[in-house]
Amino acid sequence: MHSFGYRANALLTFAVTILAFICAIASFSDNFSNQTPSAQIQILNINWFQKQPHGNDEVSLTLNITADLQSLFTWNTKQVFAFVAAEYKTSKNSLNQVSLWDAIIPEKEHAKFWIQISNKYRFIDQGHNLRGKDFNLTLHWHVMPKTGKMFADKIVMSGYRLPNAYR
Amino acid sequence: MDWQGQKLAELLMQILLLIAAVVSFVVGYATASFRTMMLIYAGGVVLTTLITVPNWPFFNRHPLKWLDPSEAEKHPKPEVVLSSKKKSSKK
Repeated sequence: MHSFGYRANALLTFAVTILAFICAIASFSDNFSNQTPSAQIQILNINWFQKQPHGNDEVSLTLNITADLQSLFTWNTKQVFAFVAAEYKTSKNSLNQVSLWDAIIPEKEHAKFWIQISNKYRFIDQGHNLRGKDFNLTLHWHVMPKTGKMFADKIVMSGYRLPNAYR
Repeated sequence: MDWQGQKLAELLMQILLLIAAVVSFVVGYATASFRTMMLIYAGGVVLTTLITVPNWPFFNRHPLKWLDPSEAEKHPKPEVVLSSKKKSSKK
């Protein structure tokens, strides 16, 4: 502590170490939040359902997505990334997950929403297994913090079924 | 700074930074504002820098007593004689 430079260095190092501790505690405090998200997805219409030239099935849907993700936001949340995936089983793959829609929610106010759109990303199968297929629509979300660990979770909604014939 | 001053500076630095950390976390958590926490902590770091880093007079209240120059002249330093090696040259 005998010189200006020595003291400045010691202070800076200690300050940054303590900053790391503060951020760790802030991240840990996220575990105490009570999270009760809810969501509902309705398929309003199957726009078309065809076999592509290369032999893969493709379907276009119009979805109605209602969700309330406000309780996921804490003081340490930067944004929530939410996406809807169609999940089903085929003989070739035990789990197929096709992402149909996603959104970045930067603030708590925007986390309660109702949206009606056709699928943002194409729903294409690996093969031609989709006729008469039962599938789940799952809303996944990733809570991205300002500091610390990212949490991910999902709500599975089942009971959807594709038509038996192309149209 | 003298020895006592250095010890005081180090102690002050550690305590002030810890207090800044605790206050900033409590206020930030209570107001649910991460930004507030960071701003208060940054303010605390700047305040601590201003108090402990510059060479303030209150850090020099127990100055070291160096030997007086006139006293030093009366006791000159002993001269060190370097022993030089003589190379034996063969002719």
